[in-house]
Amino acid sequence: MSFRQTKICLAAEGIELSDINVQRRQFLKTSVGAAAVTIAPGMLLFDMAHGKSEAVSSKIRWGMLIDTAKCVDGCNDCVTACNKENGLAGGLSSGGLSPTGSQWIRKVELKDMRGGRTLSLPMMCQHCENPPCVDVCPTGASFKRADGIVLVDKHLCIGCRYCMMACPYKARSFVHEPLHDQKPDVPRGKGTVESCTMCVHRVDKGQQPACAEACPNKSIMFGNLNDPDSKISKKIRTVASTQVRADLGLNTGIRYQGL
Amino acid sequence: MSSHSPLQFKNRLFYALVAAGGLVMLLGLYAAHMMEEHGHIITGMNNQIVWGIPHVFAIFMIVAASGVLNVASIGSVFGKTIYKVRAPLAGLLSIALLAGGLTVLMLDLGRPERVIVAATNYNITSVFAWNVLLYTGMFVLVSLYLWTMMERRMNPWTKPAGLAVFAWRFILTTGTGLIFAFLVARQAYGSALLPPMFIVISFAWGLAVFLVVQAAIYAWNDKVLDPAILRRKKNLLGIFIMGALYLVVAYHMTNLYFAHQSGFERFILADGGIYPQLFWWGYGVLGNVLPLLLIFHPGLGKTRSVISASLMVILGGFALLYVFIIGGQAYPLSMFPGYEVSSSFGDGQIGQYHPSLPEFLLGFGGLAIAFLITIVSVQVLDFMPHDKPYIADQGTPD
Repeated sequence: MSFRQTKICLAAEGIELSDINVQRRQFLKTSVGAAAVTIAPGMLLFDMAHGKSEAVSSKIRWGMLIDTAKCVDGCNDCVTACNKENGLAGGLSSGGLSPTGSQWIRKVELKDMRGGRTLSLPMMCQHCENPPCVDVCPTGASFKRADGIVLVDKHLCIGCRYCMMACPYKARSFVHEPLHDQKPDVPRGKGTVESCTMCVHRVDKGQQPACAEACPNKSIMFGNLNDPDSKISKKIRTVASTQVRADLGLNTGIRYQGL
Repeated sequence: MSSHSPLQFKNRLFYALVAAGGLVMLLGLYAAHMMEEHGHIITGMNNQIVWGIPHVFAIFMIVAASGVLNVASIGSVFGKTIYKVRAPLAGLLSIALLAGGLTVLMLDLGRPERVIVAATNYNITSVFAWNVLLYTGMFVLVSLYLWTMMERRMNPWTKPAGLAVFAWRFILTTGTGLIFAFLVARQAYGSALLPPMFIVISFAWGLAVFLVVQAAIYAWNDKVLDPAILRRKKNLLGIFIMGALYLVVAYHMTNLYFAHQSGFERFILADGGIYPQLFWWGYGVLGNVLPLLLIFHPGLGKTRSVISASLMVILGGFALLYVFIIGGQAYPLSMFPGYEVSSSFGDGQIGQYHPSLPEFLLGFGGLAIAFLITIVSVQVLDFMPHDKPYIADQGTPD
């Protein structure tokens, strides 16, 4: 049917061509509007879920410097903050403190066997540059982000616990029981391995890890080890700091001062 | 029995054995189901002792799966007749033990339903991931090997297939040893001695398992094994036991020589409670002294002594693995040398481990799988060794 024939037909039915154009425009407008209303919240959530839009870069290496002289014996604020932030039960399992409960950070009390000097320090995943847990993981669930944070992909972890055998810092916990009331930012999973994430969800938003923020004596300094002008880099240049089990050559992201 | 024919009796015995094995296997599967339902909280394993009884069973079976092929290798690679006729049974046992061991390992995973991820996401640096390939390759190669032996047209290929299996099982047991040898974190592991130690240990455990299974199958089939055949194999078992003992001693001696390892060795060999007990009485006496006496003492060394010695070697093997795997994890990590360490997470303390019933059920379930594969295969296919009436092997000693 040609345009002319259509016009004749429509004219016969008493419909003007301009009416159709208006209807068509209306339809297009409604469609675009409906599509926008449908997609926009998704886009917004997508944006929210991904936080910052730029990719993690190896120009940054997140790390911590822990001043053991400032860390007070008996103070547990960093541990409490970590448990609250990440929705952990604080090593509790079946009602009491149990070796099956997850502890992402713990306070370790040390006493020099010769001199008798005592000190206290927080121990957690050391976010190694060459992490043994990543080497041994059969599925690649244990991985290191470009910015040096060592994480476990809960969807890939099959729960073999080989990483726990390999970690020299006893930094990892296995989820032995069903979980309830998880934090949306910190997904966990029964039957998978987990450890300190350096509060990656906070760091990606430009915040400090919960333990560093909670320390009343500011004994945990968090920052970019790769930036020579960062506070942490300047401090590491001026004070003596050690890595735990430096003999293994893992180049940990967590350094201790006064150990 | 008197009112039935021998064949009927044999069939009834077979079904009774299948039922018994099936029951144990089902109990194992039930234990795995409970572990998945409730989590590993129902086991004795925890964040310090992350591998427990299931791993003792699984590693025993995987190591023995490699060692049991000795019989086949001596037959196919070195051409000894009495071993050659036993090669099919050895190959079958290898597949059965490997299947049993791997099932236990798989069902002990925190997320056993994701086991396929181990194939789809492969981390090239992981020795665990290498082992996935080694185990798969072992199944394929041993199956091919069995095919070349049991299908007459394929017989000319038996020797190359046997050679391939011979090489592969060395690599496989090296891989098993490397699982521990690559662990720098813990005092017990991280030694290059471990792969050769596991290889020689596999010889002893594998032959012991073979001798016990062979005796059982002969008894159930109303057949008598020529004592001359057993005599030759018992000497070989004695040599393997001594070889394995040598490497275990070398492993502990090197540790004792390093000052930083002396605390760990004192724990394992002297004041670690259950671990030194199991090491000296379980592995030392039951796994070495008594079997060697039974094998080499003049006046002993008859069929019953050899089978008893084999059973003791197996039990001693379990004791050694318990000490090695669980004792090795119980000793605290050395993070701060020169300091006394304490924390809420068990730092500086000996790890506590109380194995639970589901762990044992899972372990025995794995053994039951190996048992079922073996007896069903022996029943339906021709795996029984066919010895000639006289066994001379042209007088060549082993």
